Amino acid sequence: MVEVRDRIRESFQRLAAAELAGLYSLARRLARDGAEDLVQETLLHAYRSFGTLRQASAAGPWLKRILVNVFRDQLRRQARSVEELPVDRVEDFSLYQILVEEDPLPYSDTLHHDFLQAFGREDVREILLRLPVIYRAPLVLRYMEGFATKEIAHMLEVPLGTVLARLHRGRKRFERELWAYAQETGLLLKGTVR
Amino acid sequence: MTETQGPIVCSEAVQQLWDYLDNAISPEDHQRVAAHLSFCRQCCGELEFAKELIRFLASRGVDEIPRDVKTRLEDFVKEF
Repeated sequence: MVEVRDRIRESFQRLAAAELAGLYSLARRLARDGAEDLVQETLLHAYRSFGTLRQASAAGPWLKRILVNVFRDQLRRQARSVEELPVDRVEDFSLYQILVEEDPLPYSDTLHHDFLQAFGREDVREILLRLPVIYRAPLVLRYMEGFATKEIAHMLEVPLGTVLARLHRGRKRFERELWAYAQETGLLLKGTVR
Repeated sequence: MTETQGPIVCSEAVQQLWDYLDNAISPEDHQRVAAHLSFCRQCCGELEFAKELIRFLASRGVDEIPRDVKTRLEDFVKEF
């Protein structure tokens, strides 16, 4: 019996060790602070429900789903508002068009591409963290982690239509924040096209 | 999303581009956006940029985990 338990524990430790970087990255994109705590709590939950993991190859998405659940519960405990925010003028914003009009990199033949390449991982994280969590979480899960919209709805416990609407507004807000961040930080003036 | 049948204008097409790429709109709306893109160069530019933004987000997803954090998390799991 003890041997079986040891084998299970070793197996979990092996799987978890391989997923730490992915879990930590996801946690840092969902939460400004406390990413390490979030991963630790995820690992505790995951170990308790290790028996529900059917295939070792699915460990990454399985652990990330648990992390999202833990994060969602943390938000609820903190009683942060998960209400829809009032619709602002973000619907009309087009980063593509702004770049054409403002031409912030006049010597570039591939303006839109070069604009995006100026943003490193930490810049993108900072921009994502500026978005309200109701928009940030679906964006991260859909476009950085590759989860399907139905699955995101399940993880966040909201209807599919809500996820689609939040993705729509989230993308627009993200585009707007990319432009605002580039202007505030002088990113394009630094000549740091990466 | 679109209530009227037939052609759509640029603003309507642009609003639906990401959902179009995600296959998150009805087949009818999908067809209308595709029809619009078949002749509108401006919206094709928007479409290419939307695709580039999707690739951009995917490429900025995973960080190196700092060594001290990795060690602490590994030690944490060893305590189970």
